[in-house]
Amino acid sequence: MTKAPAPKITPDIVKQHGLKPDEYARFLKLLGREPTMTELGICSAMWNEHCSYKSSKKWLKTLPTKGPRVIQGPGENAGVVDIGDGQAVVFKMESHNHPSFIEPYQGSATGVGGILRDVFTMGARPIAALNALRFGAPDHPKTRHLVSGVVAGIGGYGNSFGVPTIGGEVNFHPRYNGNILVNAMAVGLADADKIFYSKAKGVGLPVVYLGAKTGRDGIHGATMASAEFDDNAEEKRPTVQVGDPFTEKCLLEACLELMASGAVIAIQDMGAAGLTSSAVEMGAKGDLGIELNLDMVPCREDHMTAYEMMLSESQERMLMVLRPELEKQAEAIFHKWGLDFAIVGKTTDTLRFIIKHEGEVKADLPIKQMGDEAPEYDRPWTEPMKLAILKDVPAPNDLKAAILKIIGAPDMCSRRWVWEQYDHLIGSNSAQIPGGDAGVVRVGPNKAIALTTDVTPRYVEADPFEGGKQAVAETWRNLTCVGAEPIAITDNLNFGNPEKPEIMGQLVFAIKGIDAACRALGYPVVSGNVSLYNETNGQAILPTPAIGGVGLLTDLSKMTTLAFKADGEAILLLGGHGSHLGQSIYLREVLGREEGAPPPVDLAREKLHGDFVRNLINHGQVTGVHDISDGGLAATAIEMALASGLGAKLDAISHEALFGEDQARYVLACKPAEAVKIITQAHVKGIDVIRIGTVTGEATLNVQGQAPISLAELKSAHEGWFPAYMSGEL
Amino acid sequence: MKSAVVVFPGINRETDMMRALEATTGNKPLSVWHTDPELPKVDLVVVPGGFSYGDYLRCGAIAARSPIMADIRAKAAKGLKVLGVCNGFQIVAEAGLLPGALVRNAHLHFVCREVKLAVENNSTFFTNRMKKGAIVSCPVAHGEGNYICNEETLKALEGEGRVVFRYTQGTNPNGAMNDIAGIVNQAGNVIGMMPHPENMIEPLHGKTDCRPLFEGLLAA
Repeated sequence: MTKAPAPKITPDIVKQHGLKPDEYARFLKLLGREPTMTELGICSAMWNEHCSYKSSKKWLKTLPTKGPRVIQGPGENAGVVDIGDGQAVVFKMESHNHPSFIEPYQGSATGVGGILRDVFTMGARPIAALNALRFGAPDHPKTRHLVSGVVAGIGGYGNSFGVPTIGGEVNFHPRYNGNILVNAMAVGLADADKIFYSKAKGVGLPVVYLGAKTGRDGIHGATMASAEFDDNAEEKRPTVQVGDPFTEKCLLEACLELMASGAVIAIQDMGAAGLTSSAVEMGAKGDLGIELNLDMVPCREDHMTAYEMMLSESQERMLMVLRPELEKQAEAIFHKWGLDFAIVGKTTDTLRFIIKHEGEVKADLPIKQMGDEAPEYDRPWTEPMKLAILKDVPAPNDLKAAILKIIGAPDMCSRRWVWEQYDHLIGSNSAQIPGGDAGVVRVGPNKAIALTTDVTPRYVEADPFEGGKQAVAETWRNLTCVGAEPIAITDNLNFGNPEKPEIMGQLVFAIKGIDAACRALGYPVVSGNVSLYNETNGQAILPTPAIGGVGLLTDLSKMTTLAFKADGEAILLLGGHGSHLGQSIYLREVLGREEGAPPPVDLAREKLHGDFVRNLINHGQVTGVHDISDGGLAATAIEMALASGLGAKLDAISHEALFGEDQARYVLACKPAEAVKIITQAHVKGIDVIRIGTVTGEATLNVQGQAPISLAELKSAHEGWFPAYMSGEL
Repeated sequence: MKSAVVVFPGINRETDMMRALEATTGNKPLSVWHTDPELPKVDLVVVPGGFSYGDYLRCGAIAARSPIMADIRAKAAKGLKVLGVCNGFQIVAEAGLLPGALVRNAHLHFVCREVKLAVENNSTFFTNRMKKGAIVSCPVAHGEGNYICNEETLKALEGEGRVVFRYTQGTNPNGAMNDIAGIVNQAGNVIGMMPHPENMIEPLHGKTDCRPLFEGLLAA
């Protein structure tokens, strides 16, 4: 066996590769010699934060990942949940934060591409996409450019690939000035008994490269995503991957045909760290070695080195273990779709990861220690300080002005400017499109899934434990509002530098909050992603554990929307009047303050209230449902009015009750005769439901004792901010 | 009424279209792959929406030069009905079966929203069940739906009543000349339209305004 002569690897080169001195020392001990450059590259990719989860794994393991419907939890390309009738949904959310800041169009486009592949590599045709976006302050000089590029990139990739983008969220806050967040979620539909996994099986079987050719784009993308930015962030542009949705569409169709042919033993997409991570993960999971011959890798650039080929993050590629007798059929499928199909290696029983190129062995590594036995850290953390509950928050001087300010605020206004750039109808199965509580996609004659992404970062910053609970609870409520039974979540945890104990404390406590909520609600985590080091020049983002919730509507005819439906309907408040103004939108937008503890989350009440609301929906007792979150009761009622064009007459109400963001609450609209029945049923269950007003045919919001506000004015504020901002008028 | 739906690499609304055709005409359409040398025996060929060849070069430019197009051209010349929707309209225009071109939306963004269409010509094979001047709701989803043509073509289209659908009530989503959303050829057998009628035919879609368009295929 010939070995390449070991090059001089200096401490500087090790640092550039993102490995700490102790990690490098560990690597040296593992090898028993100096590594080759290719080996160093492979180790730096597999042991970086993005690929290894070394700072978060210990805590992620505490989350509940099992349940009667869970077919596959975390650890695979995506989570798999049984939805009955032989069907399963396959889904995950993933971040592409660092690349999107550097190159917003391609960064977000390839984020979408990557998550779609994670879903269809398991045998599921993608049927919906969502995205959770966080940008800096609107008046920051880069924000417009980033919003424009990210939305265009998500649309450009998703629309061309052909998946409806039916939900998501957008937030603006100065803490994201140097680090935007682009979290992309994809959901696919598969036969529950035809799921494909990435664990390699069988010794001496062909390892096959599928899809687009390999180039020099995205080299060290994963390493870049595992580090903070400094002022030279733009120089990292060559690390951003470039996407081609047409190739991905062809890859989707080819893969699904391939899977139907029986040729696939194991399959994994090439995402972060490309060929390296896919090969290592497939082998390590299956307790097998992998040997690759890079001379066989289809390249679109000349003279690529082993190092470059192993670390390239060229998109739209998959790796699979092939049933050898079906090689010809498999190859024909890929040629039909104009894609490469190349046998680049084989599985072995040596547990070694061996790379050969031009007659030389460029790497010979222990596969388990590169993959599932990568370092795991128990980083020190400090318990976040608890803030006091804010009291005595003054009423607005001008209620109408306050309401208009809130409904037209960057975080509250209509996101139509965004979602009209996404095809949200393709597939002909969109039962609810963006703008409501959840996106809903039909999956059977009278059956649908409901989808939402939520988190309130300012709450998490103020109290990571309560904020973590709240993120999960809000998805639970949003799914409930459309009549769906929440069944599982995916989590995308975006935090700063975990080597700082206070940041690690945010991560630890947010995970504890998510854990508590998932257990109390019977709502397991089946997949997820962690993005750390979201900091620039030492300033971290708001801790942002984005949650993607999936629910099931077994009777689509019962689906509810948030709009009022008819003049004269009763408006009911479930869960009692609010009073909590700490960390509220009212406090921030009207009074310019970000203070106080966030509203606490009582998980038992969330479950009790949510189950009751779903029951009302299943019995056809309510005509409109919307939960209370940002902006309190005021925002909820206004959104229900704007969605319908009908007005609302509300009883006199304090500003605390109007704007309080107390949790576990809903506004219900129902036929007047139904109101008393609902109130009585609720009372029996110990749930506080009161009538607070009536839907009117006059297009105004009429709070008793206050001047009415016309819906026209509310609509203008609500729909006006985003287009005016993006066109530079503001 | 037998129909076929042609699929090029990158087309992604063929399932929507096939489902709409089957639901409204009772006949399951055949699927034709772009490298097939000829069409099966059908009354109608539909070229559906998507991003054939990734919209490389120009939308529909590469698909228009696919092997199957030769047979579509030949049979269209003999009266075969052809309906091109969205990317399908672009492909059919690039293939020379309809005049004019579809270019980038005037405001430069992809747009997916509901528009209002006035049915200006109700004697085509797709609009024969509609009243002249009827207004239907229909969604669009495109980045290059801006119809342009030279003055001579525009005069001919308008003068001969060959604008089939026109955006109305201020809902033109892309800046198309004269608010043109769909046109028909002189022989009356080839229609191209940018909006997606296949996404507005059942209660799930919110409205069923476009169902009668498909039902008209049976009468033609």
